[in-house]
Amino acid sequence: MTIDASTIDTFARKEIEHPDTVANHAFGFWLYLMTDLVLFAAIFAAFAVLSHNYAGGPTGKELFDLPYTFGETMFLLFSSAAYGLAVLAMYKGKKNSVLTWLGVTFLLGLGFISMEVNEFYHMILSGNGPQRSGFLSAFFTLVGTHGAHVTFGLIWMVTMMGQVVIKGLTVPVQSRLMRLSMFWHFLDIVWIGVFTIVYLMGST
Amino acid sequence: MFGKLSFAAIPFENPIIMGAVGGSILLAVVILSLITYYRKWTTLWKEWLTSLDHKRIGIMYIILAMVMLLRGFSDAILMRSQQALAAGMAHGYLPPGHFDQIFSAHGTIMIVFMAMPFLVGLMNIVVPQQIGARDVAFPFLNSVSLWLTAAGALLVMISLGVGEFSRAGWSGYAPLVERQYSPGTGVDYWIWAFQIAGAGSLITGINFLVTILRMRAPGMTLMRMPLFSWTTLFTNVLMIFAFPVLTVALTLLTLDRYLGMHFFTNALGGNIMMYVNLFWIWGHPEVYIVILPAFGVFSEVVATFSGKRLFGYRSLVYATAAIMVLSFSVWVHHFFTMGAGPDVNIFFSITTMLIAIPTGVKIFNWLFTMYRGRIRFATPMYWTLGFLFTFTVGGMAGVLLSVPPADYVLHNSLFLVAHFHTMLIPGSLFGFFAGYYYWFPKAFGFPLNEKWGKGAFWCWMIGFYLAFAPLYVLGFMGMPRRMEHYANPAWQPYLVIAAVGTAVILIGIIFQMIQLAVSIKHRHAVRDLTGDPWDGRTLEWATSSPPAVYNFAKTPVVHDIDAFADMKEKGIAYSPPDQYHDIHMPKNTATGLIIGAMAAVFGFAMVWYIWWLAILGAFILLLTVIARASDDGTDYIVPAAEIERIEKRRYRQLTAAAANRPADGPAMRQSLAEM
Repeated sequence: MTIDASTIDTFARKEIEHPDTVANHAFGFWLYLMTDLVLFAAIFAAFAVLSHNYAGGPTGKELFDLPYTFGETMFLLFSSAAYGLAVLAMYKGKKNSVLTWLGVTFLLGLGFISMEVNEFYHMILSGNGPQRSGFLSAFFTLVGTHGAHVTFGLIWMVTMMGQVVIKGLTVPVQSRLMRLSMFWHFLDIVWIGVFTIVYLMGST
Repeated sequence: MFGKLSFAAIPFENPIIMGAVGGSILLAVVILSLITYYRKWTTLWKEWLTSLDHKRIGIMYIILAMVMLLRGFSDAILMRSQQALAAGMAHGYLPPGHFDQIFSAHGTIMIVFMAMPFLVGLMNIVVPQQIGARDVAFPFLNSVSLWLTAAGALLVMISLGVGEFSRAGWSGYAPLVERQYSPGTGVDYWIWAFQIAGAGSLITGINFLVTILRMRAPGMTLMRMPLFSWTTLFTNVLMIFAFPVLTVALTLLTLDRYLGMHFFTNALGGNIMMYVNLFWIWGHPEVYIVILPAFGVFSEVVATFSGKRLFGYRSLVYATAAIMVLSFSVWVHHFFTMGAGPDVNIFFSITTMLIAIPTGVKIFNWLFTMYRGRIRFATPMYWTLGFLFTFTVGGMAGVLLSVPPADYVLHNSLFLVAHFHTMLIPGSLFGFFAGYYYWFPKAFGFPLNEKWGKGAFWCWMIGFYLAFAPLYVLGFMGMPRRMEHYANPAWQPYLVIAAVGTAVILIGIIFQMIQLAVSIKHRHAVRDLTGDPWDGRTLEWATSSPPAVYNFAKTPVVHDIDAFADMKEKGIAYSPPDQYHDIHMPKNTATGLIIGAMAAVFGFAMVWYIWWLAILGAFILLLTVIARASDDGTDYIVPAAEIERIEKRRYRQLTAAAANRPADGPAMRQSLAEM
C-alpha cells in the first residue's frame, strides 16, 4: 500500500479518527491570506490606475508628510516584532509573558491606527477627502482597507488576550495565536507595499 | 428611523409584480403550514437548518438552486413573451423600467443564485465521499457559506416586492450603476446580494481546497483522484483567485454610491473602464467556475455508463488545468470594443482561441471513453450527450466571437446572447442535471423516475434549440440584446419561435416536477439498498444510500484511479472492518444560520440607508463570530458501538439486496458470500 505524503499525518492516528484540525486550520488560513493578497492586489491596481487623476486637486507630494508616515510605519513594524516575542513566549509556555507582549503589540497597533485616523481627519478637514478626486478616492480606500484590517486584527487580539487569560495556552488557543501572528505579519508586508507605492513613490 | 424605506417602496400599482409577490407569499404560507401541520419544525431545525453534515448542506444548496431556477426561468418567460409581442406599433405588456429589472435579475439569479449553489451543492454531497473523507475540512464554515448564499438570494427575492431591482444588467456597467444615473435602491440590492453571496463562495473555495488537498484517503494520490474532485479543485482555485476581485469591484462601486467617491464616475478623475476590467477579471473565471464542475460530472457519468475507465485520464486533468490557467487571461474579450487597440485585442483574441484547444481535448476524451463501451442510456447519459452536441456548437460560435473584427459587428447583439446561453445551459446546467439524476439515489436512497426524466430531457433539448437558434439569426440581422421594444417587424417571427422554445422548456421543467413527485411516491418500490445503483466506479458508491453521517466506518485505502471499481474487481468492496473505532464529528450549530441572517439584515439595512440597523446587524454578526471562535467544544464522538449497529444493519440490507436482485453483478454477490 502506498500512502501519499499529504495524507500521512492526517490519518496516522487510528484511534481518534479525526483529521488533523490544527494543520488544516493553518493551511486554510494561508489560503485565506492569499485571497486577501489578491484583494489588496486589485486595490493596488485601482490605485495605480487613478494615481495621477488629481482632477485639479492636491497631489500626493502636496499632501504627504513622510516623516510622519515613517513614524507610523515604525509603530507597525515594532508591533510585528513584539508579536514575534509573544509567539516565542508561547512556545516556552509563559502565559504572563505572552499577555505582556500581546499587550505591547496591541498598543503599538493602536498607535499606528491612531496616527492613520489623525492623518485622514486632517486631510478631510482641509477639504481633501475621498470625494475630492479619483486619486484621493483610491488613496483613502487603499490605506483605509489596510487600516480596517489592522482594526480587525486589534479586535482579534483583544479576543485572544481574553482567551489566554480564561483558557490558558491550550492547543486550540495556541493554534489561534499562530493564525493571528500570520495575519499580523501579513499586514506588515502589505503596509511595506502601501508605504512604498503610495507614500514614497507619491512624494517624488 | 427607517431610512429611505416607506410604504411607497412597495409597487402596489404593478399587477405583475404584485401577482408574483402574492404567489411567492402564498407558496411560503402553504409550505410553512404544511411544516406546522406535520409537526416538522423540530426536525427541520435540528436536522437541516443547523446541520453541519456536508450531505445535508449540499441538499439545501441544491434546493435553493432549484427555487432560484424557477424564479430565473420566470424572468425568461417574461422577457421572451414581451419580445414576441412588442414589435412595431405593439408595445407588449412590460414597461421599459420593469423589463430592465427583469433581465438584470435573470442574469444575476442564474449565475449567482442558481449555478453557484447548484455546483456547490453537488460538490458538498459528492467530493468528501469521492476522496474517502468523513466531512469537509471546515464543516462550520460550510454552513456559513450556505447561509450567506441564502441571505443574498433572500435580498434578491425581497427586492421583488420592496423597492426594485437593478436596471443596469447583471454585469452592472459603470457609469450607469452610479448614483447619478441609478438613484433608486435597485443597484444597491444588486450590490449587496452579490457581495454577500460572493463572500460565501470565497469561503467555500478555501474550504474545499483544504478538504481536497489534505483529507484524501490513504493511497489516493492526486493522480488517482476522480475527475469530479479534480474539477472541483480547479474550480476552487478559480474561486479563491477571482472572487476577491469581485469583492473589490463591488466595494469600490459601493464607495462611489454611498460616499461619493470617484472610482468609476465620469467626472473628477474616475475611470469607467476600470470597473469593466475588474468585473470581468472575476467574470470570466466565473464562467469556468460554473462550467468545470459540470465537466467533472460528465466525466464521471461517461465512465460509469460506458462501463469503462475514462479515456486519457491524465490528458483530461491537464486539459482542465490548462483551462484554469487560461481563464485568467481572456477577460478583455468581453469588451474588445473598449478601444484598447489592436495589440491588446490580439493578445486576448489569441488566448481566447487557445482555450478552445483543451476544451476540444476533453470532448474527444469523452467520445473515446464511449467508443466501444457498453453504454447504458440512463437519464444522466442523455444530458451528457445533449451537452456534447450543443456545447460544440456554442464553442464554435465562441471562436467566431474571439476574432475582434467579427466581435465589433456582433458585440452586444443577440448572437452573443445565443452564444453564452449555448455555453452555459448545456455546459453547466445540463451537467448539474446529469449530476442531479446521477447522485440523487446516493443522497436520498432511491432513484428518480427514468420515463419522466427522459421526457424532461427531450423538452429541454428541443426547447433549447427553438429558443436559441433564432437568436443567432437575429444577431446576424442586427438585433441588439436587452430590447424591450423594436421597430423592425422582420425580427418578430424569430422571436415568436424563441418564445415557443421557452414554452417547451417550461414543459420540461413541469415534467421534472412531476418526476420528483412520482419518484417520491413510489420510492419504497425502488429503494437503493446497495448504495451502488449505477455500478459506479468511484468511492462515493462505496457508502450506503443515503450515507451514514460519518460516510465511511473505516477510512478506505485506495489502489487505483477508479477506486471502487478496483475494489469490486478484487472482491473487497464490501468486506467489513475487523474493528470499529470512535469517530469525531462536528456538532450541529445555529451559528451559521445566525451569521447568514445578520448578513441579510445588514444588507437590507444598507440598501435602505437604515444605518442603526446596519450597525446592529454587523455588531451581532461580529459577536457571533467571536463567540464561535472561542468555543472549543464543537465536536462530539460517535461511539464505536453505535457505528457497529448502523453498519450491521447495512450489511443485512446488502445481503437481502444481493439475494433479491441477482442483476447487481457477480462481484457484489461474491463479496457478500465471503462475509
